[in-house]
Amino acid sequence: MDFSSLNPIALIVSLMVAATPLVLAAIGELVVEKSGVLNLGVEGMMICGAVFGFMVSVESGNPWLGLGAAFVGGAAIALIFGILTQYLLSNQVATGLALTLFGLGFSALLGHSYTGIKPPSFPKLDIQFLADIPYVGGVLFQHDYMVYVSLLLVFAVWYFLKFTRGGLVLRAVGESHDAAHALGYKVVRIRMLAIMFGGACAGLGGAYISLIRVPQWTEGMTAGAGWIALALVVFASWKPWRVVFGAYLFGGFTIMQLNLQAVGITIPVAYLSMTPYVITIIVLVIISADRKRASANAPASLGRVFHASH
Amino acid sequence: MFQLEARPQSSAFWSALTPVLAVIATMIAGGILFAILGKDPVESVRLIFVDPLLTPYNRSQLLVKAAPLILIAIGLSIGFKAGIWNIGAEGQFIMGAVAGGAVGLAVYPVDSAWVLPAMAVAGAFGGFLWAMIPALLRIKFNANEILVSLMLVYVATNFLGGMVTGPLRNPDGRGFPESRSFQDLPGTSNSEIFAGTGIHAGVLVMFAAVIVAYIMFNRHRLGFQIKLTGQSPRAARFAGVNPSVMIAVCLGISGALAGLAGLFEVTGPAGKLTTNFPVGYGFTAIIVAFLGRLNPIGILLAGIVMAITYIGGETAQFRLGVPAAAISVFQGMLLFFLLAVDLLSNYRIRWVGKERA
Amino acid sequence: MKLMKTLMAGAALAVGLAGAAFAEPLKIGFVYVGPVGDLGWTYQHDLGRQAVEAEFGDAVETSYVESVPEGADAERVMTQMALAGTKLIFTTSFGYMDPTINVAKKFPDVKFEHATGYKRADNVSTYSARFYEGRTVIGHIAGNMSKTGVIGYIASFPIPEVVRGINAAYLAAKAVNPDVKLKVIWVFTWFDPGKEADAANALIEQGADVIMQHTDSPAAMTIAEEKGIYAFGQASDMMQFGPNARLSSIIDDWDPYYISRVKAVLDGTWVSTDTWDGIGPGMTGIGAFSDKIPADVQASAQAIVDGLAAGTMHSFTGPINKQDGSVWLADGETADDGTLAGMSFYVEGIESELPN
Repeated sequence: MDFSSLNPIALIVSLMVAATPLVLAAIGELVVEKSGVLNLGVEGMMICGAVFGFMVSVESGNPWLGLGAAFVGGAAIALIFGILTQYLLSNQVATGLALTLFGLGFSALLGHSYTGIKPPSFPKLDIQFLADIPYVGGVLFQHDYMVYVSLLLVFAVWYFLKFTRGGLVLRAVGESHDAAHALGYKVVRIRMLAIMFGGACAGLGGAYISLIRVPQWTEGMTAGAGWIALALVVFASWKPWRVVFGAYLFGGFTIMQLNLQAVGITIPVAYLSMTPYVITIIVLVIISADRKRASANAPASLGRVFHASH
Repeated sequence: MFQLEARPQSSAFWSALTPVLAVIATMIAGGILFAILGKDPVESVRLIFVDPLLTPYNRSQLLVKAAPLILIAIGLSIGFKAGIWNIGAEGQFIMGAVAGGAVGLAVYPVDSAWVLPAMAVAGAFGGFLWAMIPALLRIKFNANEILVSLMLVYVATNFLGGMVTGPLRNPDGRGFPESRSFQDLPGTSNSEIFAGTGIHAGVLVMFAAVIVAYIMFNRHRLGFQIKLTGQSPRAARFAGVNPSVMIAVCLGISGALAGLAGLFEVTGPAGKLTTNFPVGYGFTAIIVAFLGRLNPIGILLAGIVMAITYIGGETAQFRLGVPAAAISVFQGMLLFFLLAVDLLSNYRIRWVGKERA
Repeated sequence: MKLMKTLMAGAALAVGLAGAAFAEPLKIGFVYVGPVGDLGWTYQHDLGRQAVEAEFGDAVETSYVESVPEGADAERVMTQMALAGTKLIFTTSFGYMDPTINVAKKFPDVKFEHATGYKRADNVSTYSARFYEGRTVIGHIAGNMSKTGVIGYIASFPIPEVVRGINAAYLAAKAVNPDVKLKVIWVFTWFDPGKEADAANALIEQGADVIMQHTDSPAAMTIAEEKGIYAFGQASDMMQFGPNARLSSIIDDWDPYYISRVKAVLDGTWVSTDTWDGIGPGMTGIGAFSDKIPADVQASAQAIVDGLAAGTMHSFTGPINKQDGSVWLADGETADDGTLAGMSFYVEGIESELPN
């Protein structure tokens, strides 16, 4: 066993890349859940974003346009969920699942003729003198732009929720939609905006996988990342920075498992792959058991149908 | 201006009509989809929806395909009606198959009529235990059962992988990651009961489950308590329902039924434990449960409709070259339309002249 | 009983059809485990199907169903094909073995060709390619081209076919560079571009500058191209994914075999056989050598290709020991097909352990 070939810097770098789609999708879903809506369709929105981004990227030759298309496309797909749950008052769990099923099929259908095509490549941040800083340089300054965008997005969401009036209103809607409605806030409109934002972020996360991480289009390529993103939001107790921590932890486990194998350690792969999920359950139990903390974090109206009955 | 007014009680008329409307809407939308894909819309829709009902082979295959979906959905509906969301049926399905399969493999090559029933019991128990994890965590720690049961699906999938590459792997199988074939021995084989149809014991158990669930919901006190818990948890508490017991019972039953379905599937149609024998029935069953309005007879019909789309979809692929993905789109659309028209059974649409001051 | 009647009618129809063989085109069905757009395993089989159509024109009518899960669904798809009058069905995945045998029993007049399996019947043939011969060639090239002396291998499942490939590649590389290291990552999937990409990155981080894969997508080739290292195409040439990275490839060429089998059915000479062809008969194709490979290495690699094709060279020629040190092949001895078919051990020199 040759541990010397394990390079911690390289590991952290690839861990961040593996985690970025999770960060993007989870931060979007966090906003949606903070407004009191549980959207289980993250997987469907992500894969649709992946295919929209890929298609536009290949057709236009510009990866940034692809990302933009994924952002808009993800929001559009989320709109279906939004209309069904907010205007037609459908059950959120069932609608989210239907969205996942539909999204997976729809993306496969659209992407059928795009399998096997190579997308235009995505530029990387290349500030040479910064990247040369020993140890930290590689980790901090050599990523593709989306890694930085994802972190900026987390910062923006954190700032929005904590310091702005809009964030306060969103949180109020999530805690008690009836009270917010009584105060005159447009609950449905706020939730629709949140849902579309969540869809846009999930779309970006999906496009990251198809345009940057792999990069290729194949049906079902998100391989469950959307479900992990859902778990991450809970793992993070609905706090933005913890989403990043959780995503890096998850990404870390996946990457570590592969690297350990290459070093020569025979680990029962199946059991190591289980670990991130088991840890998520444990964390979930811990934060739920502490009732004071849990109630301060999970939006009280999460999942409940809002119907204004004046 | 339209306004929605909540009905005091779900309209029975609309509840029965909405699935029909949803299916019709899906056929139309699906036809448009196929036309865009360049396939004959009428032919495609006919192949998918009508063809499976035409030949006897297809008809019996419908029951075979629908059986696990309906069995799991019955179990899920019990929980959903009480507001207890078991999203991890896929994991319970897998664990049931592993537990039951392990029992069968452990006594190999004993060949007796008792082996399959023993495996079935083990399978139900395996699914039950797996569902008890989210149940206990919810009861003791108030952990959200949606997320716990979902995470456990991934744990179960990985566990299956570990089992078929290790302890349960077929020693005579040249190293391939799969167990012995359960069809080798009559004792472990869930073979067809009526020659040529493929209908196996699981199908019969499914029918029994539908009947029992129907009786329970309409005549038994447990059914009443479940419905009450779902509509008003506080009233239920006043009526003497212990919420913890309700959670355990609902998750337990759905886990056991899912595990049973898994066992029947792996000893019957699938034939052996492999890494990819779970094909998502646990998740499709959730859709079947909703499509069936959480009502046992409705679930029976909904399961058959879903099976029609699966089997019809395969036929459409091979006769018309329709891509496999079109079927998921179809199923997703079916659910969307159902959820959309569902509104009508719970709310009344009223025309209000002008905006009130 | 209804099915019996349908079967009798079907059989009668089949006999009638056989008599009228000149008028009716032969219906051929293909069952695929993945999407035809995977540009790997299934894509190559579909090329075989297209070759059959091109060769026989109106005498045949082909159809396929893609992404069929192994198990009950496969059995139903095959049954439906048979009921619809298909007379020759190609089932292109190991996992279709039991379904193929089951359906073959019910339809004795339909012929089945099962890829990479080992169960046969009067109407079921099996076929596979000696992919490991291709591994010997690319292992030789990799041993020459790797500057770091570390070769990365992305493996799917620890089954004999994959282990054969690893051993063959390692032995060939070691013959060129005795200090070469082979690092293996098991991804436990045939097709998952995300995982394959991650595995490729992990191997590169650990020092590999040549990547080989036994998985189906071009993800690893794409990563290799990005990172400026070498890789080999798998199943399909993969040139468009790695114009600079691709040194050569192992190409599954099913065309000649499929055409000959269809011809046999049309001529009435079809019998159940087991075919395991390599470079010689053309089932295992070697992709053109990239210009990056120096002329002398190209020549020596070509010599290996020719030797394997002629049968004068064998991928596994002693002296070779097993990983635990015991003697496997004596000097000059070559491995027999039986041992190869069930190979579940690493050869000496590979450092990691085989999972289970």
